[in-house]
Amino acid sequence: MSTHTGPRPISGVVLRPFSLSVRLRPRALLVGLALLAVLTIVGVVTLTTGDYEATVPEVIDALFGGGPPGLDVVVRRFRLPRLLVAIGVGAALGTAGAVFQSITRNPLGSPDVIGFTNGSATGAVLAILLLRATTVEVAAAAVIGGVLSAAAVYLLSYRRGVAGFRLILVGIGVSAMLTSVNTYLLSRASLREAQIAQLWLLGSVNGRSWEHVVPLWASLVVLLPAVLAMSRSLAMLELGADTASALGLWSGKVTLGLLLGGVALTAVATAAAGPIAFVALAAPQIAARLVRSGTPPLLPAALTGAVLLAGADLAGQQLFGSLRLPAGVTTAAVGGIYLIWLLGREWRKGW
Amino acid sequence: MTGTKVATARAAPRRLLGLAAAVLVLAALFAVSLAVGARHIDATTVWQALGHDDGSDDAYIVRALRLPRGILAVLVGAALGLAGALMQALTRNPLADPGLMGVEIGASTAIVTGIAFFGVTAPSGYVWFAFAGALAASVIVYTLGASGRAATPERIVVAGAAVSAALGAFISAVLLLNGQAFDRFRFWVVGSLANRGFDVLWQLAPFILTGAVLALLLGRGLNVLALGEDTGRALGARAGHVRLAGALAVTLLCGAATAAAGPIGFVGLTVPHVARMITGPDNAWVLPYSAVLAPILVLGADVLGRVVVAPGELEVGIVMALVGAPVFIALCRRTRIAQL
Repeated sequence: MSTHTGPRPISGVVLRPFSLSVRLRPRALLVGLALLAVLTIVGVVTLTTGDYEATVPEVIDALFGGGPPGLDVVVRRFRLPRLLVAIGVGAALGTAGAVFQSITRNPLGSPDVIGFTNGSATGAVLAILLLRATTVEVAAAAVIGGVLSAAAVYLLSYRRGVAGFRLILVGIGVSAMLTSVNTYLLSRASLREAQIAQLWLLGSVNGRSWEHVVPLWASLVVLLPAVLAMSRSLAMLELGADTASALGLWSGKVTLGLLLGGVALTAVATAAAGPIAFVALAAPQIAARLVRSGTPPLLPAALTGAVLLAGADLAGQQLFGSLRLPAGVTTAAVGGIYLIWLLGREWRKGW
Repeated sequence: MTGTKVATARAAPRRLLGLAAAVLVLAALFAVSLAVGARHIDATTVWQALGHDDGSDDAYIVRALRLPRGILAVLVGAALGLAGALMQALTRNPLADPGLMGVEIGASTAIVTGIAFFGVTAPSGYVWFAFAGALAASVIVYTLGASGRAATPERIVVAGAAVSAALGAFISAVLLLNGQAFDRFRFWVVGSLANRGFDVLWQLAPFILTGAVLALLLGRGLNVLALGEDTGRALGARAGHVRLAGALAVTLLCGAATAAAGPIGFVGLTVPHVARMITGPDNAWVLPYSAVLAPILVLGADVLGRVVVAPGELEVGIVMALVGAPVFIALCRRTRIAQL
């Protein structure tokens, strides 16, 4: 099952201030800075363009309540929250994807594996079709559905500890059931309601406001450092559960901690934007290729996810004229095509 | 090496017996599928109707509706089971389903295009669109992921996922803008065996049979591939040839099955795991077991779907996951799982 490329020799510079030792990889650092630069450009373009064009100084004024009349409302109430939601959701999903791909040691490992995405979809579709719920209620139903199915998968695969392989198989079974429930509900609903549900299932950051931004970023401030702190153990887990135990790692506890972190990140992202599926799969893979590391790196994956979602949302608003595509669609298109391009380049160079 | 050979030789008669038992179960289920449905027909009438067409309603139902439907269920099931086992062996990934070769998403893309831009409306018109789309998408995935010097199992997986996402985005966008297309597509995507006559069967059976023969011949090659690229090469396996033949078989099998019944995901993903629980990781046994166990699941789900809400009907794709998944989970909890 170990589908990653083999271990690579340690590269980079090792710094040892006091008793800590930190390995700096110049390439990872450069990639991180480049991603930040791209993210800044995307952010600036998002804030300045749209139906109300503005210059950068005008937008900066508007952020502090000044600027030309009306612009402060456009920027502060609509464009900035939307941008922040896209960045936050992208970062959360990128990190969660990297965590799951590392735990399962599988490039297909994603929150999907433990049934989270399909569970949240079932929750939301039920809320839309049966309860005719409001937007906030749909988000809540989605998170409840996702967490319940993740818990079910974890408990069903528990047998004197959770073996990675059994977790995956049980996840497949639960996901299949939930998917068929969703398909059934969609095929029996009226066309209009099915379309509303379908739109939610795609995921979007359209019309998000500060009430989405605040909980999302508050959770990120707590969750991202926690997951990053556990990532050292993640590197050991990637050697396999047995080797990790031999190295003195209590793999069951770390696995549970990381799973919880990954699920929590996915949950806040889903509550804010719906299930935007492909980021969790693509961002770690793209980041691993940019950094040239055999395993999905967490921080670059978070940045890649943020760039991917913010950039794709911008593309969806601008490229097709009056037609506005939801971020879920454009993200899959942009991410998919970029990943295909990366693979094509590897293929030509024979890496 | 000799030790394993002896062990295999000892296990072989038992595995052959198990396979024969599974075939018998399938045959019994097939007989039941001719008799059961919205209108119950007793065994003697079914037998007479199969012998000659006496022009009665019962004879029509058995000969023109249930017989092709049963055969199609068996073929589709065998195709998906084999394609799943092949795909998991080729990618050495337990999460790989036949759809990962791009086949199902290619078929879906072609059908959405057909419905939205070419005004195709009848399921019989979907077949060739689906098959062409499946072929095109799998060629792209194979070229990106499985050809060239750098081909590894992981690359096929990532390539399949990337192509699926890009095409999936196209499908979503079209369906979002075209409500009518969405309305037709949501019924195709459920996966169903209803209302496919002998014509669909004759169109697709040759592809499935060719793919099945190819797949069953690949067992040993896949075993060597499973030892890893380098060991495989040292033992004289031509990894590239096995991969190409495997990808071709997956495309034929899964493309034809998807064209006939729509994308049915669950079978290809889970049945090979069940087969592996019975036989161990030897692909020479996993493949034939998958080819017999999968039709049992598909045909059983189809019969059940006709019975539970009679005179209405639940689509086979839905019943299969709802009934099959709990069984699968229970098996995962009980059995020592043979890893890939």
